Amino acid sequence: MAEQDQKNKKGFLATANGQPSTDEFIKGLWRDNPVFVQVLGMCPVLAVSNTAMNALAMGLATTFVLLMSNILVSSLRNFIPKQVRIASYILIIATFVTITDYLIQAISVELHKSLGAFISLIVVNCLILSRAEAFASKNTIGKSIQDALGMGVGFTFALFCLGAVREVFGSGSIFGFSFFPENFQDWVVMILPAGGFFTLAIWLLIFNGAKQRKLKTS
Amino acid sequence: MNTESLWYIFISASLINNFVLAYFLGICPFLGVSGKMETATKMGGAVTFVMIISSMCAYGIHLFLEAIGAPFLQLISFIVVIASTVQLVEMFIKKISPALFRALGIFLPLITTNCAILGLALFQTNKGYGLLESFVYALGAGAGFTLALVLIAGLREQLEFAEVPGIVKGTALTLLIAGILSLSFMGFAGLGS
Repeated sequence: MAEQDQKNKKGFLATANGQPSTDEFIKGLWRDNPVFVQVLGMCPVLAVSNTAMNALAMGLATTFVLLMSNILVSSLRNFIPKQVRIASYILIIATFVTITDYLIQAISVELHKSLGAFISLIVVNCLILSRAEAFASKNTIGKSIQDALGMGVGFTFALFCLGAVREVFGSGSIFGFSFFPENFQDWVVMILPAGGFFTLAIWLLIFNGAKQRKLKTS
Repeated sequence: MNTESLWYIFISASLINNFVLAYFLGICPFLGVSGKMETATKMGGAVTFVMIISSMCAYGIHLFLEAIGAPFLQLISFIVVIASTVQLVEMFIKKISPALFRALGIFLPLITTNCAILGLALFQTNKGYGLLESFVYALGAGAGFTLALVLIAGLREQLEFAEVPGIVKGTALTLLIAGILSLSFMGFAGLGS
């Protein structure tokens, strides 16, 4: 559903802009990746990345909220008084999160249960507020959409990286299909909270290492 | 009330299900202001204060929204109450101690987007706690948050002098320590049974 939405938006953008520039989109994927580089929105990243499915669902839900709030903030940017802008952003975000919450409940009660309170907690994801404040409030709708999609996909990608690693080692399966031989001993620590911290730390190490190597060679 | 006495709620919120180390709530300030012991303690205090007030308000709001039959407004009203409480605390700290105000910097207004506080309001509603239970729950969560923040700040202060490889420095190192702390907090799991 959210994916379909994204595709429609991309098509709309390409025709509306004349010459579509994808800079704002690309930067969220790698250079300014919200999780690995900016270290924003850590709470859901750690909390619901215990299986790949949860991680993917959470990433898509966040992308949807990010996209909608960026569009609305960007289109209202000339009307919102400066003094109350943060409060207005939060209200806009909270509205979309409530919609998402009910939407997920309608699609799959099981998924809603396993994500629990963390769907509501998208409201306080620093990533969304920071994109509204730092980008959408200063740029046109087209650019904001690109920015939201880039950041959203980057966020989903990061969540998925974490979720996949934790599920593979923690339960010996991916998306519920187990592929390890039967005598594989699950690394229980990976699905425990501590595993989340360790996995994220290791991903950050890999990113930092790659960045430093690039600096050295250039 | 027989199994879930107030004491149990407190211990559960602060140690067994520590908000930072078991639920991953409030990670942003946890990574951001845990560099120095002093700032960490005060940040903990501010968060606990906001938690208690917003938890009390959340209880009232929940009753009210139930009465008028509009549960879908819950999230929006919670966040508005939290934002105004944070504003109040901000003005209060600015007046009392400008030095602390500068030390906390951007992280003070960011308490609004601290998931621990909204999470607390949502959890207590889900669990159906009464007024007194909510109060104890907020107190325990605040104490747990402060404890985790102070522990990590102490560790990070010591690690300032240690020689670590360049790529581990910063967030990755903090996360590794947090992982170890989280493991050790699992030792409290037996307290509840």
